[in-house]
Amino acid sequence: MRNYLVLRVVAKLMIAFMILFALYVQFHGDFGPGGGFQAGVIAAAAIVFYAIIFGLPAAREVVPDWLVESMVAAGVLLYAGVGFAGLLLGGNFLDYFVLAGDPVDGQHRGIFWIEVGVLITVAGVMLKIFYMFAGREDGDRG
Amino acid sequence: MIAVVTIVIARQRNLFAVVILFGIYSFLMATVLVALDAVDVAMTEASVGAGISTILFLSALHLGKGIEMKPLHKPFLPLMVALATGAALAYGTLGLPAFSDPQAPIHQHVAKRYIEDGARETGVPNIVTAVLASYRGYDTLGEVTVVFTAGIGVVALLRRLRSRKRGDKP
Amino acid sequence: MNVAGHFSYWVTILIAISGLYILIARGNLVKKLVGLAIFQTSVYLLYIAPGKLIGGTAPIVADRFAVYSNPLPHVLILTAIVVGVATLALGLALVVRIKEAYGSIEEDEILEQDRPPFDSSANNNVSN
Repeated sequence: MRNYLVLRVVAKLMIAFMILFALYVQFHGDFGPGGGFQAGVIAAAAIVFYAIIFGLPAAREVVPDWLVESMVAAGVLLYAGVGFAGLLLGGNFLDYFVLAGDPVDGQHRGIFWIEVGVLITVAGVMLKIFYMFAGREDGDRG
Repeated sequence: MIAVVTIVIARQRNLFAVVILFGIYSFLMATVLVALDAVDVAMTEASVGAGISTILFLSALHLGKGIEMKPLHKPFLPLMVALATGAALAYGTLGLPAFSDPQAPIHQHVAKRYIEDGARETGVPNIVTAVLASYRGYDTLGEVTVVFTAGIGVVALLRRLRSRKRGDKP
Repeated sequence: MNVAGHFSYWVTILIAISGLYILIARGNLVKKLVGLAIFQTSVYLLYIAPGKLIGGTAPIVADRFAVYSNPLPHVLILTAIVVGVATLALGLALVVRIKEAYGSIEEDEILEQDRPPFDSSANNNVSN
């Protein structure tokens, strides 16, 4: 599909906008609808769009396999890490109010970091699943 | 309109059309959810249902045939089972509170506290995010783990072994 | 029985039985998964509809509004949607592998291939 000029130009505009929108949904999730899951799915959809228009090998160059696989695990570790940080600083597991001086500030920090963790894992998993489905050719076994 | 789309999905035999109709169904469901004031859920349903689900279905279909076979037997028994289940469910809902009843039990106990104290205690105006990330943060950890496990499961199922030439079993 | 009060439940049940019917009655594996997804979304509706208060607004605290719809079902269903898509992904991965192993995604053809041949000597009830 990379020979269709209209698709290429529109895709370049839209992919940048989609990633920006994903970041907006992520960070604005405190004040409007949104949060980690929606943002992760939108970000993965942006890369999938890129893969559809420009081909799977091109997408694999931009977001390589090792990066996607690390993202899948890193998000869960980040989330659990925030939980353990609460444990180490004196509260229970996943307590946020011990993370900063002011309890409400601690809540802000905790929520911010776990939403980032959710974003990374969800985007990584959706993208990895797409890579697995699309990278399989007819006649593959195993 | 949702009922019409659902019935068309049931009768349609071209699988590609079924997938696109499912995307339409997802968007209609997201619209209904917005009308029910569930904006977070609507955004998630729209992006997940109409976005990722459609992509996954199309990727799976790409690797197979696109037309559904004609059914061999008349599906009377499944129709009876479905209708009987529906009748039982309808009988069960007679005991539920009416739509938008402010005195219904679900508005009384925990939800009241979340609405009143949520913004003040967590500093986050979006109560859904506050509950998801702070009050019920442990459940969200479980959910992220489920997503992680699904990713690993798909990798385990669809991984290509490099030593195909040795004649290993698939 | 309050018809207007229970209408939302009946719509939900209608969608649920359609999804259930597609799941049971159709033999194509991909269509079964679509039926399962339809059933799941009807359950989301079942949970969220009772949470709505007419005259309320989305549960985001702002100074202009006093009445909010119930946020608790939204939280549960958010998790449910993501888990649902995880299940769907795994189901589709299984369908792809079944297609490669059996060559078909029709339930009848797959069962046909798994059925043992009729002149199998392991049958103990052969009288002659």
